[in-house]
Amino acid sequence: MPKIKFLTSDGTEYVVTVQSGTSAMEAAVQNLVPGIDADCGGAAACGTCHVYVDPAWFEKTGPAGSDQEKEMLGFVEHPNATSRLSCQISVTDALDGLVLRLPTGQH
Amino acid sequence: MPGQPFGTPSGTGHGGTASASDAEIARRIPLEDIDVSDPGLYQREAMHPYFERLRREDPVHYCRESAYGPYWSVTKFNDIVEIDTNHRVFSSDVSVGSFVLDDTTLNPIDGGIYLPNFLGMDPPRHDEHRKAVSPIVAPENLARFEALIRQRTQSVLDSLPVGREFDWVDRVSIELTTMMLATLLDFPFEERRKLTRWSDVVTATPGTGVIDTWEQREKELRECEAYFKNLWNERVNAPPKPDLVSMLAHSSTMQNLGPAEFLGTLVLLIVGGNDTTRSSMSGGVMAQHIYPGEFSKVRANRALIASMIPEIVRWQTPIAHMRRTALEDVEFKGKQIRKGDKVVMWYISGNRDEEVIERPSEYIADRPRARHHLSFGFGIHRCLGNRLAELQLRILWEEIFARFSKIEVVGEPVRVPSNLVHGYIELPVRLHA
Repeated sequence: MPKIKFLTSDGTEYVVTVQSGTSAMEAAVQNLVPGIDADCGGAAACGTCHVYVDPAWFEKTGPAGSDQEKEMLGFVEHPNATSRLSCQISVTDALDGLVLRLPTGQH
Repeated sequence: MPGQPFGTPSGTGHGGTASASDAEIARRIPLEDIDVSDPGLYQREAMHPYFERLRREDPVHYCRESAYGPYWSVTKFNDIVEIDTNHRVFSSDVSVGSFVLDDTTLNPIDGGIYLPNFLGMDPPRHDEHRKAVSPIVAPENLARFEALIRQRTQSVLDSLPVGREFDWVDRVSIELTTMMLATLLDFPFEERRKLTRWSDVVTATPGTGVIDTWEQREKELRECEAYFKNLWNERVNAPPKPDLVSMLAHSSTMQNLGPAEFLGTLVLLIVGGNDTTRSSMSGGVMAQHIYPGEFSKVRANRALIASMIPEIVRWQTPIAHMRRTALEDVEFKGKQIRKGDKVVMWYISGNRDEEVIERPSEYIADRPRARHHLSFGFGIHRCLGNRLAELQLRILWEEIFARFSKIEVVGEPVRVPSNLVHGYIELPVRLHA
């Protein structure tokens, strides 16, 4: 059961454990981690589950996979080189210990 | 009649004046004769039984003939998301007809005028335009507005009569949304009702009570253009300020807007931020009237405001549809859509799709995942102002809860006769202390 650490913009840490294969977004939403809104429920259609992958983990997660994810990331506020939509990150055992930082807002 | 839904045939709580015969016609009419584009259906709140039938029997439905020509209706939630996120095939571009079913709204067809804006553009141009405007409505910027919105909301609510009938639409919904828009644009405050007027004119056609002729519509929109040209000229030569006109004037992308695009962009912001939030401010009151228990839940537990507000936006669905045009022949859910066909995403139907949303006709204040609705659309064109709309609504209800035990709807509402703008023209209410 892989663990993920979410760091909110004000520095609060949340560590959650999930079933392998759960999206990072679902991990946050199911565990009431604040700062991921996920309006569309995981369809890469709203851009409100934006996260910054910790640089140490970016090689493992990779950048945005699909054109649709890339597009939506184009419209989030303050994107950076490790931005992803967390609904498109599947947390498997290979990502056990994944660290994600949350932006100040989603919209 | 306290707590009674108005004119609903089976207590489904739509709060409209649909008759039992509307529901019967919807049940019996041959599928191929169904035309959900009739503005009268929306005026009577009689459209839902037709959409229920389509979702069940023909979710991607071709209407051969209508006042707007032939068009496809997409009626189920997930199908709508698929269309909304496939802009490569389903275009919003004004050159192929733009993003509403009625071609005259944004195009020089019949008596209309050309109003290009980024909602009616595809990438790559769309992206540059949207990014230029997006910062003003990002949450960190919205925080700047909260105190002002609250002060105005308090002032408007404190001016309302208690125990006496008045029109919520005019005194509250229009008043608050217009003030917000005037602030965003830094528009002369005392002239702000011009924004309401221009917004209504854009989405009107002659003979529906807003304008008499196409010439009148064009004349008023040209006045709007001239007014904003003056503001533009003032602001382009002044240091940048955090209002939309100044941001547009100082944005390198937007500086090269031709006059049609300039007016079109302003029209987008005026309409997008105007009658939509207005509809939700009125719709929330109707929901509270029909489902008082749901609002009592929120009074008792203010944390529920977080779901109550998105649920108002879902339940009301201020924009009933958005339209796309197929850029190529494509098969969609077993149907053959042809290049050039109009494809209409009926948000008002998708938001009642029981396969995605439980008990969708009901207003449920603590609905889980309350933001999972279609009212703001999805994909690259998703409503930029969505969090600003929610902010205004949240403040409104916080201040209502602090003042009034109940808002009673005391007469038949008058609804907008439009297949696009799903809102109220009049909502007679009486406040209870």
